Amino acid sequence: MSMKVAYWPGCVSRGFTPELHGSMAKVAPLLDIELVELSRANCCGAGVIAEHNQELADTLNARTFALAQQVDGAELMMNICSTCQGAQSECQERLDASAEYRSHINDTLAPEGLSYEKDPARPLTNKNFLWLLVEEIGLDNLRGLVKRPLTNLKVGPFYGCYIVRPRKRLGIDSEHPREHYLHQLIQALGGTVIDYAGMRKCCGFPIITMNKQASLKQAGTHLADAQDAEADCLVTPCPLCHLNLDLQQPMAAKAVGRELDMPVLHLPQLVGLALGLDPKELGLGRHMVRPTSVIDWSTAIVGAAA
Amino acid sequence: MAETHKPPEQFTLRLRRYNPESGDAPYWDEHTIELEPHRSVLEGILQARDRFDGSIGIRCSCRQAICGSCGIRVNGEPSLACHTHLDAAKRGARDGVIEIEPMGNMPVLKDLIVDMDAVHWKKIRRVTPWLLAKQPVPEREYIVEKEAMVDVTQTMACIQCGACVSDCLAMEVDPGFIGPAALAKAYRFVGDPRDAERHERLEDLSQDPQGIYDCTHCFKCVEACPKDVNPMGQIMRLRRIAGEDEEIVDANNGHRHEQAFTSLIRDYGLNHEAELLSRSYGGDSWFGKFHPAAAKELLSSLPIVIRGVLKGKMNPKIAILGHKIGKDDLNSVKRIYQTVESRPERYELNLYISGEDEDNEPAATAAGTEGSPQA
Repeated sequence: MSMKVAYWPGCVSRGFTPELHGSMAKVAPLLDIELVELSRANCCGAGVIAEHNQELADTLNARTFALAQQVDGAELMMNICSTCQGAQSECQERLDASAEYRSHINDTLAPEGLSYEKDPARPLTNKNFLWLLVEEIGLDNLRGLVKRPLTNLKVGPFYGCYIVRPRKRLGIDSEHPREHYLHQLIQALGGTVIDYAGMRKCCGFPIITMNKQASLKQAGTHLADAQDAEADCLVTPCPLCHLNLDLQQPMAAKAVGRELDMPVLHLPQLVGLALGLDPKELGLGRHMVRPTSVIDWSTAIVGAAA
Repeated sequence: MAETHKPPEQFTLRLRRYNPESGDAPYWDEHTIELEPHRSVLEGILQARDRFDGSIGIRCSCRQAICGSCGIRVNGEPSLACHTHLDAAKRGARDGVIEIEPMGNMPVLKDLIVDMDAVHWKKIRRVTPWLLAKQPVPEREYIVEKEAMVDVTQTMACIQCGACVSDCLAMEVDPGFIGPAALAKAYRFVGDPRDAERHERLEDLSQDPQGIYDCTHCFKCVEACPKDVNPMGQIMRLRRIAGEDEEIVDANNGHRHEQAFTSLIRDYGLNHEAELLSRSYGGDSWFGKFHPAAAKELLSSLPIVIRGVLKGKMNPKIAILGHKIGKDDLNSVKRIYQTVESRPERYELNLYISGEDEDNEPAATAAGTEGSPQA
């Protein structure tokens, strides 16, 4: 049963981490997800535009929601960036709370014929790929699709912030324990979960231009913790976390005075590996930190199977 | 909310014990107590102290979530001991045992008691937490707009428990960060129309490298606060007023970063990372990257950028020129900017004050709260 989603890839996944958008495109057909890209939509503002002017951020995201609602037959809107999830959820919370506010925002969108509607019969549900995997596709179904279980691969989940806090806004409760989904997913793919102190802490990216030392210290500390816990790699649902953890890793290592060699995978890359895709196809060669441990592992599996 | 007629049950508490004067390392101690499940973790700790070990250190007073004395960590999350039910705590425990620790980011004096003076109160004093009254002080009361005072009530709900300080992730790596509780307190006076030194307060908090621009936006304080003060939200309001109303350009690139980000989205529709970086350091124009501060920063990150391009991580074309949305869509984004930014006053919806529409079902407000799409 194919599932059609209004797909918001975000900016960074098409800019500094193109391997994220690329790997999502490879993985989607294997999961029977039809991606209708919201190519007309704008940046979510990442909380920074809201810091400048809340109404502006709300209007820009209402525009994206309105475009998503125009996609015929799409069951929901999907993103692949925790920061988009967090920033868009915050705006949607305000838009959904008040009909008066919603209509004020829609007045600004009206000249282009756009309008964000809160229809109780068909609410706009915006889910990160991680939530969609667990709640829509289901871990049991996913297990059935695994071609190359991640046996003996020790994966540290890196959730970051925007996808786990604040719980109420993000719909996290006992029925939707979304703060454990990466754990559940790694296990469903056959891998071993490595717990470490920093898995739900800040990667440091938001203050990289304001307080570089503190920012790199955050990234370095979490990477070192994962390394000490003997993770082979980390996996993250956020491309901004990926920038600080992977692209900046050489500098983060200096900031904490440690030698670091910790590959960081995007979520669709990890799923793709288990579904049998080639590491190169998934853009694993494009990371700053070469995922040697992961590639050795995958060639060993392929070698054993042959 | 909890049923009051359930019979007492056994709960096991795992307490983090530490006495710095003893010279011994911290250790874990387990006690099984018996109480009705709706009773508080605080009552559980007090029963353990009464029945098994009189030396357990815990600070508490009102037992009804108003004095702010009994801040601790329950199963790793900051909470008020008196405001956490035993049954809820047990549900959140990893192995059925309720794990109780002192708060973080502050030195432990004994067991669950931390040194609030050394950290929390020092930071509160740092923000001049009193009214610097406009002169002349009226003979009777000041007359102010009702809305203006309602606006600061959210920060006045703070009970100084330190839960947000305990888990602040910026403070974890940068202990000098003024932090969530003190900055929320700062908003209490910045937002008060009777205060004479709004500009000076904001100038001070913006220019301090450990001030408002040192917050990493991690939502830990929002989640930790038992009184819904939303410290991070208050910090963002301080930034908004400092940058937009008081036009303070700080030495930490905070305001420049926000300006650069906002205008790049106006001009491209999407983020342009390379431009953002250089403009954040050098100023919000295409020439920003030629500013000495930007040049220095770019030079230091050049090896990373070169490696990134060589690995095929960044497409050099996108890295330099950026990506844009289509022309019509870009025009629509520009028009939104123009409409919203030309309003005489910023329109800010604060749900803490306005609340939600009455017909809203609480569960349907958050994005994606509903598990599956509706038919």
